[in-house]
Amino acid sequence: METLDITKETLIAECRRLKSDGYRFVTITCLETGETTLELIYHFDRDLELVHYRMQVLKNDPMPSLSPLFFAAFLVENEIYDQFGVKFTDLVLDFGGTLYLDDDDDITATPFCKFGVKQAEKPSGQGRE
Amino acid sequence: MSKTIVPFGPQHPVLPEPIHLSLTVEDEIVKEAVPAFGYVHRGLEKLAEKRDFHQMIQVVERVCGICSMIHAMCYCQGLETLMNVDVPRRGQFLRVIWSELHRIHSHLLWLGLYADAFGFESVFMQFWKIRERIMDINEATAGNRVIVSVNQVGGVRRDLSPSKCEWILAELAHVEQEMKDLESTMLNNYTVKKRTVGKGVLTQEAAYELGAAGPTLRASGIAQDMRQLAYEAFDELDFAPVVETGGDAYARGVVRFRETFQSIDLVRQAIARMPQGDTFVKVKGKPEGEVVQRVEQPRGECLYYIKANKTKFLDRLRIRTPTFANIPPLAAMLPGMELADVPVLILSIDPCISCTER
Repeated sequence: METLDITKETLIAECRRLKSDGYRFVTITCLETGETTLELIYHFDRDLELVHYRMQVLKNDPMPSLSPLFFAAFLVENEIYDQFGVKFTDLVLDFGGTLYLDDDDDITATPFCKFGVKQAEKPSGQGRE
Repeated sequence: MSKTIVPFGPQHPVLPEPIHLSLTVEDEIVKEAVPAFGYVHRGLEKLAEKRDFHQMIQVVERVCGICSMIHAMCYCQGLETLMNVDVPRRGQFLRVIWSELHRIHSHLLWLGLYADAFGFESVFMQFWKIRERIMDINEATAGNRVIVSVNQVGGVRRDLSPSKCEWILAELAHVEQEMKDLESTMLNNYTVKKRTVGKGVLTQEAAYELGAAGPTLRASGIAQDMRQLAYEAFDELDFAPVVETGGDAYARGVVRFRETFQSIDLVRQAIARMPQGDTFVKVKGKPEGEVVQRVEQPRGECLYYIKANKTKFLDRLRIRTPTFANIPPLAAMLPGMELADVPVLILSIDPCISCTER
């Protein structure tokens, strides 16, 4: 599987270019790569051809959301927040860590990480009433 | 007119599975729809770290019962790519046969539920009665009605005898005729059209940009189907995506109705062209590397990402299911619709919440 490297700084501009070139957003895959690091792989499709962009991120480092550009991204970004604790800024619909969990649960946990990193504070979501 | 928030679900007569929608309405018109999940989340992806990669076949089959065979097929395809395994040609044809049978029974299940959602209960019973023939085929060929569990890394665990193939073709002839008997009712009936035509319209541009998948995408005029990737034996079968251009709930129903006939045709083609030979190859070793695999489930594109490290446990298994892709289009199609149309529109994407949450 071939992937292209991308950084937090170039992510939005590159995705804007992909959108103007006719690509559609497919999904994001998040992987834990170390005690303090994660990897985000962005998958896009055009005419049944996939392209993959790989980005190294630090846990607890907020990432720009793709949802203002691709509305479909809001769901997977909320899921990644629930499972890996990655915060996305400018999410169009922010569940604040409660996409799957209840407000009563420990939503500062990161259940898909072997090396959990507690969130500094309980976030406030707008998605779940 | 002041806004009112109407909670829809998680328990609702039209919902086979739990999902919640907060509907902001003015008068009877939906202004905003915010989905909420978390009622059937099982963390199955995480389980890949604790079950070996062979055991995970049985786990991914349980992501969703209705398309269990296709989940397992996609997962096995990914591992076969990582392990450089070539599935015997007969095994590939058999996978096509069982996967298309799954598509037929999924669409028949949905057609029944859909009819029930707009109050056509006699049609609901007719579709489910037809579906029983497919369930009988599953049971006779694989031992189970729903989770057939035929896939293994390297091929399939069961074969079909010539007499069994003859019987399948005879049963499919009955299914086809019974479907034709319902065609006029399902596609031309005044009540059906009144409840579905012009409801929840997704334009071609919106469907593409919102990432819609499967019949929801094709009903908006986009001819995209993962079977065009020619996985398994699809490279030898005559196939073109079923496309409608209405973009509404009616068009989504028509696509699934026509796809049922198409799947019957694909099973016939596969049985006619299936060569003799082995159904699987023995696989040794452990997978290493990462791969993305895609297949077309009854509800649309399904993507598996697998990362393996040459141990019996996978580093990461990620599953993007079609309903997950169809939730944003659903949230976008509801505003502007009447509250009474919401149940029909939710069903029009054929939601599978077990898939969505995994």
